[in-house]
Parts: sequence; C-alpha cells; structure tokens
Amino acid sequence: MSFATGLICRECHTSYEVAARYTCDECFGPLEVAYDLAAAKGKVTHASIAAGPNSMWRYRDLLPEVGDAPIDLGAGWTPLRRANRLGEILGVKELWLKDDTRNPTGSFKDRVVSVALSAARELGFTTAACASTGNLATSVAAHAASIGWPSVTIIPSDLEKSKIAMTAIFGGTVLGVEGNYDDVNRLCVELVSEHPDWAFANVNLRPFYAEGSKTLAFEIAEQLGWTLPDQVVVPMASGSQFTKVSKGFNELIALGLVDGETPVMFGSQATGCSPIATAHATGEEVFIPQRPNTIARSLAIGNPADGIYVLEKLREQGGDCGSVSDPEILECIELLARTEGIFAETAGGVTIASLRQMIQRGTIDPNKSIVAVISGHGLKTLDAIVDSATVSATIRPTLESAQDALAVQVVSAAQ
Amino acid sequence: MSVIVRLPAQLRTLVGGAAEISVEALTVREAITAVEILHPGIASRVLDDQGGLRRFVNVFVADEDVRYLDGLDTVLSAGQTVSLIPAVAGG
Repeated sequence: MSFATGLICRECHTSYEVAARYTCDECFGPLEVAYDLAAAKGKVTHASIAAGPNSMWRYRDLLPEVGDAPIDLGAGWTPLRRANRLGEILGVKELWLKDDTRNPTGSFKDRVVSVALSAARELGFTTAACASTGNLATSVAAHAASIGWPSVTIIPSDLEKSKIAMTAIFGGTVLGVEGNYDDVNRLCVELVSEHPDWAFANVNLRPFYAEGSKTLAFEIAEQLGWTLPDQVVVPMASGSQFTKVSKGFNELIALGLVDGETPVMFGSQATGCSPIATAHATGEEVFIPQRPNTIARSLAIGNPADGIYVLEKLREQGGDCGSVSDPEILECIELLARTEGIFAETAGGVTIASLRQMIQRGTIDPNKSIVAVISGHGLKTLDAIVDSATVSATIRPTLESAQDALAVQVVSAAQ
Repeated sequence: MSVIVRLPAQLRTLVGGAAEISVEALTVREAITAVEILHPGIASRVLDDQGGLRRFVNVFVADEDVRYLDGLDTVLSAGQTVSLIPAVAGG
C-alpha cells in the first residue's frame, strides 16, 4: 500500500487531499505528495522491497496511490554500472553510471509517466497529455497506447526527427508548436484550464509525475547494497529530477533504510540553456529565464520550474552545476560510448562533460564515490551525431579493397 | 483604454467562473488593480506583500513573459490580452 497521505504546498505548507491539482490556492506554490513516513518506518523494509517486481514499482509504498496495478511498460530497475574505464580518464576513483537509457521508451521519463498516468487513472481521467521537449511526449504516447487512452502530446515543431517519429508512432495526437519549449509549456498551462478532464502528466498531474524520479535514488541506494554514494550528478531541464532524487535519498534516510548523509547533488546544463548554472555561478537566488539555443534539446527549458529549489539545494550542500558547450557535449557522447559502451542522447553528453568540468574546477571530489545519471538513449538524438559518426570507409566488395581500406585505418589508428 | 485579463482556472472562482475580464488599464499593474477593484482577492494571490509579482506567477502580454519586458510596468495597447499563468509546471 502507498503511504501517501495527500498533497502539501512546498511554500506555505497548506495541505490538500489527493486530487489533480498542482498549485497552491493560497500562493501558487508547487504542491508535492506528502507521505506518512512515521507509519511507513519498519513496514517498508529491505525485504519488503526485494519481494517486489524488478521494476520501479518495487517502491510503490513510497509512491502515490495507483490502485490495483500501475500502468507499467517496465520502467526502472535499470543497471547501475561501475565505470572504471571512464573513471580512469576522468581521474575518478569510484564512478558509477545509472544507465537509464534502458527504459521502455529509452529515457527516464518512463518512470515519471508510469506514476503520473497510473495516478491519473485512479483519479478518473481517460485522456493523457503533456508539454514536452520530446522524451516525455514519447513516453506519454506509449503508456497511453498501452491502455487504449487517447493522448495529446505538445512539443516544439522543430524537435529531432527521431523524437517526433518515436512519439507519433504510438498513434496519439502530436501537436508541433512553432516556438520553443517554454512557449509549449505556457500553452499547456492555458490548455489545462480549458481541458481539466485531460491528465497533463507535467501540469495538473505534476506532483505525481515528479515523484517518479525518486525511484532513481531508491534504485541507486539499493543497487549499492543499501548504501549512499557521496556525490550524484544529474542533467537538468526543469530541475525536477534533481530535487526529487534528493528527496528520494532523504526518504530512505528517514525510513532507516540507509545510514549516512544525503549525497551532495550536482547539476548539469548546456551553456546554450543554463539559467540555473548561471545563477549559481553568480550567487543569485533567483535565475533569469533564458532563450535556449543548444543541441541538448531535451534540456532546453529556459524557465525551469524547479530552478529556485535547485539553487537552494546547491547552496545548502555546497554542490555545483556544470555549463558545457555543444562541442563538449558531442565529445562526451563519444567518450562515454568509447569507454563504457553506452550510447547516450545529448543530455548524457551534458552530464559527462559537466562531471569532467566540475572535477577540473575542484567542486566534485574525485576521491569520493560519484554516480552520474545517464537519462536517455542516443538513438533519440541521432541528428546530433550522424555527420561525424559514420562509416570508416566505403569500399568495393573485394579483398583488395578491404585490405587497402584497413591498412589506412590501422595506420591512422596507430597515429 | 480597454484590455483583457485572462485568468487561470485557479483564479476563476474569485470572479464567478469567468475566464476573461475586460478592464480599463494602461499597464499590467493597472490591469491587475482594475480586476482587484471588480473582484477583491485577486491581487493578493498574484502580488506579494511588496506589490511585486509572486515568484510562482507568470504574466504574459502578447505571448511575451513580462519579465522579458518591463515587468508590472509593461505598457499595454488597446485590446491586448494580459494572461496570468501559474509558473510551476512542465519539465
């Protein structure tokens, strides 16, 4: 059973019953799902979790109420891999990669969508919707299709072709907006006032949606044998993954499931969309919205909803946030692939490049353990790499032609 | 000069359910004040104690966030729509 008790305003702490609402009536602050952790303590145990399925739903006691069975394509329980080859290059003693490319639709968004739409069904909704930079739209369309719901996913019209195709194939309505994600987001906030019967995963269902990211923290701790890493690096768009991963670690500590301190959280942004990194670097408590211009489209949110909470946490813990260029992103997609055999989308390049940057400037300690979250699969952003990642040579189907080409390849590899 | 103030669902109960209200105003601040005179309670939800925009409310004029313009002092032209929009969404 879920130990969720209702919703609570993060700002003024006004409580609400479970319902599809996302802002506080008093102050417009964000609502979060509240839990009775005191009641859960001793009931949610290592054994009770281990008895659950090999998916994120092994933690359903610590997620919103979803009725008899969640809408589940198999999100979560992705590998946590020791990355010694990449660690050696970056000078890190103990580096782990949380490989969330391995989700049903290829990104961590399957975690949040599985929670949001399951909670939505429990609340009586029958239509799924979202504002998206791509990955969320794909996941919403897929989960909706799996239960026969119509979906309306709204994205910037100039997204990567692969992300549009991966969404449209599931048969819902896909609206391409002439504008950036922040335009899409504003439109969806207006649409939800006109269509309160639609479950917008990241608008009216946002408190439930956000909870799904906690399962990243739960899995990392469990996969490390119920211990906490010292430092965690995540990519940031709205900053919701950052804040909820941190919340997840804190809940495990409160429940006595792990000992020790909350890991220090580090964020990653592309310089072309770095409102949080910029505010943190200049010591501002409030970020200035930015018009995104980066190949890391999945992170291109210029007005991040959780930005101020990320800045608060960075200050509190002495964390940091990377800000990396498009060439660095591409270089680190390649570095990750060639050292660890993981093909990440642009956001993964942002995370690895930011990790490297923060090690170089001394804010991340390479002698303490580090977990980096790789949030999406490289096939989603082929556009970014197809020009550079291509055949080594085109040859005729003859032995001579192959040997000539290989000789050139071997010589250039040796240089 | 007449402008339209567009309200999110969260504020419509304060104005008898209407989505849009027509008021006389030259700036965004005047538009919010004008709605407050017609329907007391709106301003305190949108503005903080110092009279600035609450941090979880976005205001758009002609599809532009007023934080990119002149904030509450953004000048309106006749017939323009001022949209009040909850900030915490998306991502």
